[in-house]
Amino acid sequence: MKPRTLFEKVWDRHVIHQEEGKPAILYIDLHLIHEVTSPQAFEGLRLEGRRVRRPDLTIATMDHNVPTTDRSLPITDSIAVKQMETLAENCREFGVRLYDLDHPQQGIVHVIGPELGLTLPGKTIVCGDSHTSTHGAFGCLAFGIGTSEVEHVLATQCLQQLKPKTMEVHINGALSPGVTAKDIILAIIAEIGTDGATGCVIEYTGEAIRNLSMEERMTVCNMSIEAGARAGMIAPDETTFSYLQGRPYAPEGDTLEKAKREWEQLHTDKGAVYDYRVELDASKIAPQVTWGTSPGMGVRVTDTVPDPATFSTPTEQQSVRRALDYMGLTPGTPITSIEVDRVFIGSCTNSRLEDLRAAARVVKNRQVSSRVQAMVVPGSQQVKEKAEQEGLDRIFTEAGFEWRESGCSMCLGMNPDTLDAKERCASTSNRNFEGRQGRGGRTHLVSPMMAAAAAIEGHFVDIRNWKYQD
Amino acid sequence: MQPLNQHRGGVIPLDRANVDTDQIIPKQFLKRTERTGFGQFLFYNWRFDTDGKPEPGFVLNREPYTGGSILLTRNNFGCGSSREHAPWALLDYGIRVVIAPSFADIFYNNCFKNGILPLILPEETVEHLFQRVDSDITQKLTVDLETCQIHDEQDFTASFEVEPYRRYCLLNGLDDIAITLQQEDRIRDYESRYPDYYLLTNPV
Ligand code: SF4
Repeated sequence: MKPRTLFEKVWDRHVIHQEEGKPAILYIDLHLIHEVTSPQAFEGLRLEGRRVRRPDLTIATMDHNVPTTDRSLPITDSIAVKQMETLAENCREFGVRLYDLDHPQQGIVHVIGPELGLTLPGKTIVCGDSHTSTHGAFGCLAFGIGTSEVEHVLATQCLQQLKPKTMEVHINGALSPGVTAKDIILAIIAEIGTDGATGCVIEYTGEAIRNLSMEERMTVCNMSIEAGARAGMIAPDETTFSYLQGRPYAPEGDTLEKAKREWEQLHTDKGAVYDYRVELDASKIAPQVTWGTSPGMGVRVTDTVPDPATFSTPTEQQSVRRALDYMGLTPGTPITSIEVDRVFIGSCTNSRLEDLRAAARVVKNRQVSSRVQAMVVPGSQQVKEKAEQEGLDRIFTEAGFEWRESGCSMCLGMNPDTLDAKERCASTSNRNFEGRQGRGGRTHLVSPMMAAAAAIEGHFVDIRNWKYQD
Repeated sequence: MQPLNQHRGGVIPLDRANVDTDQIIPKQFLKRTERTGFGQFLFYNWRFDTDGKPEPGFVLNREPYTGGSILLTRNNFGCGSSREHAPWALLDYGIRVVIAPSFADIFYNNCFKNGILPLILPEETVEHLFQRVDSDITQKLTVDLETCQIHDEQDFTASFEVEPYRRYCLLNGLDDIAITLQQEDRIRDYESRYPDYYLLTNPV
């Protein structure tokens, strides 16, 4: 048999029909839905008199516009309430399981999927959210879809897809201390650009990737979309299998053994070819900080804000000039002298237990700078509970951080957690677009450790020189 | 879905690269539960100041562009969030064709599902069109999806490519769901061989 890539193996297994010159019809194993991109899809079903084909393979949660403050208080945003109520009604009417605001396992859709064992190797997973690529860390084919496609999957459990191309991103070598999965992915995007992988599914390979934990792999796959990719994938291995042990929805006993025998085949065969290939050396990656309004506008923490004149095309120069103007930055400014007003540790990129542990180590026995307002928003109620059991919440609150309930929060600021105009934020999220965290707000994307250190010092610092106090 | 075969309209030049969906429709307008009514919020943060007054410099607030229906822009248009509210807002505003050297995947896909043609032209051609609009702000273009040709009233003409199947659906305004449901037997057959380890039976 012809050698195949990991992507091709998962793709082939799910094509239920393919006609020449038409998109493949792909079967979907898991459909995740949330309150913002689903109401119009359910409305469409109702108008056509259609039902949800596989409510048993569909899971809903509320995360995008939920408040992260005390959940016993009433929610003040009446339109957000309407959206949440609409989701609850739709789930009731169509028989879909819902992790609502009061559920002890509620959380960001891409955090709870893996946490609950819904995300398993070899699955096709879709959600009306572009960061669905996160789940690819388990060797799934997982990608974001629009609302028309949400309706399509609800009605048919299938999706029409043109076959994407493949790209291997191979990371050799070992990371230096203080350099994290977030820095790997930011470095990749800075290298290939925000449209560098358009039309592709990326497979991340190499020693540096194999040595990552599951949570770190999720951070890498999460931001594949910021490089333009449809999805990111990492072949499952022992790290993956041991992560799955004992998760609520994961198979057990003999079923698990049978599944594992299948999953062990999920790797790229020797001799299989990718359409594109990129190689990076992990030992050369430094902590990253973005300076602009696109995730590809990033540099090493030791660099300075770039000069628009050094970019090659007029279009690029114009984008850079506009970005610097929006960000209120002058070319040549050392990154470490940029002062921040806010710090946000959270989002589906970096709100898992390991992220919070790493940030807490930096913060321990220190105080947040008096010029900074800082908050930690755990990715799920489970993450929050575990962090509290370990005492991480106290480390944060004693240092002056706010400790919140789970949700997307200031990653996109649909709830009240937003930046004011010109406020500058070190954020562990994934997008630094104009106005993303609040109109006029200025976002710098960094790792959890870098964000924590910026909160303490009031400006960016090179985390590799940090003196830990434990 | 409204079919699209021939479309003639005024050109709106939006001279920016990497326009993301957060700009096309800012998040504060995603809370509606309908598909319509988003046009008033299109490019909101660029179009209106913080008091909600029109920004006179922004292209959609300038004549004759307010009546345009063909958006001309730069590479990687529609990157970022998967929100289909972006094409809904464009369509609701009256835009049927977006011309750019490249588009982000999900947005590109979402356009076809809503009767909008995302039209890819080489960077030089896009640059040329920007110059033409610059010298004649009333520039109108005719896009013909039957022949995959685009031309103006003078001497500009170019051809473009669209995947045949997408073109076919857009020309006929076809609903994908009905097409997939024609494969009911195959779907059922696949489901009869479905691996038990993917069934979500464990918790309540
Ligand atoms: S945390 Fe941010 S990126 Fe992730 S799902 Fe929520 S809004 Fe989207």
